[in-house]
Amino acid sequence: MRILFSFFAVIALVLSAYAGVKIANLQFLFGVVIPYIAITIFTLGFVYRVLKWGSSPVPFRIPTTCGQQKSLPWIKQNRIENPSSISGVIIRMALEALLFRSLFRNLKTQLKDGKLVYGEAKWLWLAGLAFHWSFLIIFVRHFRLFLQSTPSFIKTIEGLDSFLQVGVPLLYMTDIVLLGSVTYLFLRRVFIPQVKYISLAADYFPLFLIFGIAASGVLMRYFYKVDIVGVKELAMGLVILKPVIPQGIGVIFYIHLFLICLLFAYFPLSKLMHMAGVFLSPTRNMVNNSRMVRHINPWNYPVHVHTYEEYENDFREKMKKAGIPVEKE
Amino acid sequence: MATKFTAKPDELSKIDHKPPKKGWMDTPAEFKEHTFCWGAKGKNLNIVDFPNARDWSPAEEDWKLPENWQEIVLEGIKDRLGKYRSFKLFMDICVRCGACADKCHFFIGGGDPKNMPVLRAEILRSIYRKYFTASGKMLGKIAGARELTLDVLKELWYYYYQCTECRRCSVFCPYGIDQAEITMMGRELTNLLGLNTDWISGPVANCYMKGNHLGLEPHTITSSVEFFLDDIETITGIRIKPTFNRKGAEILFVTPSGDLFADPGTYTAMGYLMLFHELGLDYTWSTYASEGGNFGFFTSNEMAKRLNAKIYAEAKRLGVKWIIGGECGHMWRVINQYMDTWNGPADFLEEPVSPITGTKFENAKSTKMVHIAEFTADLIKNGKLKLDPARNDRLKVTWHDSCNTARGMGILDEPRYVLRNVCNHFYEMPEDTIREKTFCCGSGTGLNASENMELRMRGGFPRANAVKYVRDNYGVNMLANICAIDRATLNALMEYWAPDVSVCGLHELVGNALVMTGEKERTQDLRLEPLHGKEAEE
Amino acid sequence: MKLNSLLADKKASILEKWFDVIIESYPPDTSNFLKNQSNRFANPAGSAISQGIENIFDELLRGLNQGNTLQFLDNIVRIRAVQDFTPSQALSFIFPLKRIIREELTVEIAGSQLSDEILALESKIDDLALSAFDIYMKCREKIYEIKANEVKSMTFRLLQMANLINTEGHESDFKGNDKLKIKRGEVKK
Repeated sequence: MRILFSFFAVIALVLSAYAGVKIANLQFLFGVVIPYIAITIFTLGFVYRVLKWGSSPVPFRIPTTCGQQKSLPWIKQNRIENPSSISGVIIRMALEALLFRSLFRNLKTQLKDGKLVYGEAKWLWLAGLAFHWSFLIIFVRHFRLFLQSTPSFIKTIEGLDSFLQVGVPLLYMTDIVLLGSVTYLFLRRVFIPQVKYISLAADYFPLFLIFGIAASGVLMRYFYKVDIVGVKELAMGLVILKPVIPQGIGVIFYIHLFLICLLFAYFPLSKLMHMAGVFLSPTRNMVNNSRMVRHINPWNYPVHVHTYEEYENDFREKMKKAGIPVEKE
Repeated sequence: MATKFTAKPDELSKIDHKPPKKGWMDTPAEFKEHTFCWGAKGKNLNIVDFPNARDWSPAEEDWKLPENWQEIVLEGIKDRLGKYRSFKLFMDICVRCGACADKCHFFIGGGDPKNMPVLRAEILRSIYRKYFTASGKMLGKIAGARELTLDVLKELWYYYYQCTECRRCSVFCPYGIDQAEITMMGRELTNLLGLNTDWISGPVANCYMKGNHLGLEPHTITSSVEFFLDDIETITGIRIKPTFNRKGAEILFVTPSGDLFADPGTYTAMGYLMLFHELGLDYTWSTYASEGGNFGFFTSNEMAKRLNAKIYAEAKRLGVKWIIGGECGHMWRVINQYMDTWNGPADFLEEPVSPITGTKFENAKSTKMVHIAEFTADLIKNGKLKLDPARNDRLKVTWHDSCNTARGMGILDEPRYVLRNVCNHFYEMPEDTIREKTFCCGSGTGLNASENMELRMRGGFPRANAVKYVRDNYGVNMLANICAIDRATLNALMEYWAPDVSVCGLHELVGNALVMTGEKERTQDLRLEPLHGKEAEE
Repeated sequence: MKLNSLLADKKASILEKWFDVIIESYPPDTSNFLKNQSNRFANPAGSAISQGIENIFDELLRGLNQGNTLQFLDNIVRIRAVQDFTPSQALSFIFPLKRIIREELTVEIAGSQLSDEILALESKIDDLALSAFDIYMKCREKIYEIKANEVKSMTFRLLQMANLINTEGHESDFKGNDKLKIKRGEVKK
């Protein structure tokens, strides 16, 4: 049910783009209006969400310590997993954001009947990493469409990405990796009962959406060729705020673009915000030095306590009998 | 509504087919006997002015909730979303990848899917989505949102009092989502409705009025310690004279009251007394701040702060220079990550310097509170203690890292250093079960009651299983740790899963090994059992 | 002992089926975890079950050494005794072995005179079930004993303070409870 709902939602969206462009000739809507709306929602939504998180303070310093603390000088501290300085935190966060350090913690091979066994958790780490990195590379590659002349680093990336030198046009490895990893991430949600049990429609929908984007992109590049000059013209027009709709770009492009727009618009409303959230996570981005430097809680307020005076009043006679010094005789 | 221990005839054949599958949202919690603690008593909640104080029982259908309970919960969520970035973030960014699913000791040992940390969090997230997000309001269940019904509240209660806030899930989460943090919020919400447990609210009330969880009154504390002094005299021939509430002492010593009351914590307390005496340390105990632990931490941030305030207040009143804290798990999570923020700045104290070695405890220069394992490790490193580890030769020791000190502080190698110096036989448990990946005792956060023994046994099974491994492979017979709750509960766990493994605190072993000036030849250890090689003399 | 050699041949597939049947008594979301996580420390229950049934099966073939078998049964029953099962559910894992063996050996049984041996084996499996019941009861009793001990060890100090257990004569209630070092009482003058 949750899967089908998400699946048909994406199918319906693809069809609406197809119908909109092919039948109703709404190229301007799908090529200009929707992209602008999507970018606006994305930017405002993203900023709003981050500001909203940021508006709640971090009252306590609560890093999850995953190694030896800083204490006596001769005890070797784990400066990254239990950082006592900002530089340690930066490395910790970098490992987390770039290499998925915590997921990697699952990565332990076991010997079973003499064979090396990799549990599902390792595949999750690998697929997660492959998915995010290939997505990023593809995203960067697309910059060439928005820039008058293609910067050299993009050409380098493209060169590396296609170094297999297969096919015409050259096959980008990241296209395959992205499709493969997104498929894996979907299948594990379907076939691993405990993951299926916890999955929501909101988990399947972005997977279908991204699959749709990648698939339409692949179709466009390798099979139903579109007028790439026209695409660049459109893209540049969007960037310099003088939108144009060149004639003769294939409908598959509009489908691709529409799905991307949906992803952008959906992004700030969804769990995809983990992209920003991971950097704000107090269990990871804080220094474990709260015994060295006092952390301030902005809403710290005075509380009712049972004072020593009250305590002594309750027990004075008993204390005196037991030879415990008291304030008032 | 609690389920009794009988099966209907048709359930007997159930084993052949999988039960009908419903989504977790539509499966209400079943309150199974021996898995939950008794409800709080109204009088204990009244002592600390908690709202909606009344006697109640989780097993009853009627929880005697206030008329507007939904409003109270939702208002409570809103309030906390505004106060804690962690809470807001952890409600939003989970992608349900499942990496945490099999990291919880309750799930591993019991198998209830709602004990997967991600689902435990989703219980609260489903409410959050329904009332605080646009998509949840519009799309309802399809967006993972759920009405806050009585069943949902009961589910929340049942599973949030089956979480020991051990933070193991947080170690493996790619975003560092910490179920302990979410459980704390969930428990705060239940406390707004007076839905606490007797085992937590009783100690909280005790600690508030009498200074410690066990409700030991001042004269009881001193007479308790007298017993230890008698035993120490029997063992060593030395009569120790500790002081209580003494003004002008250099150091205040605070330890969990469990160490004063129940074995084997008492032996650890004897170890403290012997060590401090041998050093000639200018220190005092306090009967007012006679609790290092903090059961308030298992109810609400505010209650925890109220109980914790006594430590600094007493240090100030007595005019000490700094504080040493005894062996306790959650006490040190609180001291390391909360105390200074709540009740500091402790500017009336001085930066801690060991009077014996002159070592400055740089890492405690703001809180001015030093962990006794840090203190003792420094003594040993500087050669200030005469130790005879052979006195612990009867023991083959393994080390249990307590959750809070491991994942909320990181005190891992100091106690190991001490341990290696006070005993000759030390064996680590398997790598995946120690240090930051350590398994919980299954009884933390106030779950160490008797009525939920079954839950405790299954929650502690992953830990016990690793102990069993070193017992079978190396003959380990002693499980050492620095946590009062561990000392109180691991005994029971071992009795069930790995009989003939006992439990002790680090400073019990220190006390055994410590060669004291002027002591007679020892023939007994702190448990008054014959020392290794001295059995014949008995 | 023709049956034994047949069983030894089919050991792998019998054990696999038996394991699956046991695992299916857990919720599906859980059974997958129990089945697939092979690290014995990350998945103590699953590995105890798979190890336990293999040992029990071997013992069955060897002819049930009382001591060993009880230990192997104990490893499984002790877990199921604290896992939300009713007593009958907790012990129901033993009987399916009969069915699995008959299914696995359908052809062999039909073609030979094994029925006596099969019956003997099945009655051994029944004996296993009875032993498992003993173990289950011991586990449950242990839980209550632990509960009682916890209460006792809490009251022990109170009684000691109240000078109620100074002499040997008053200690009978605590005798035999080795977790309470009653010798402490002797120290007090």
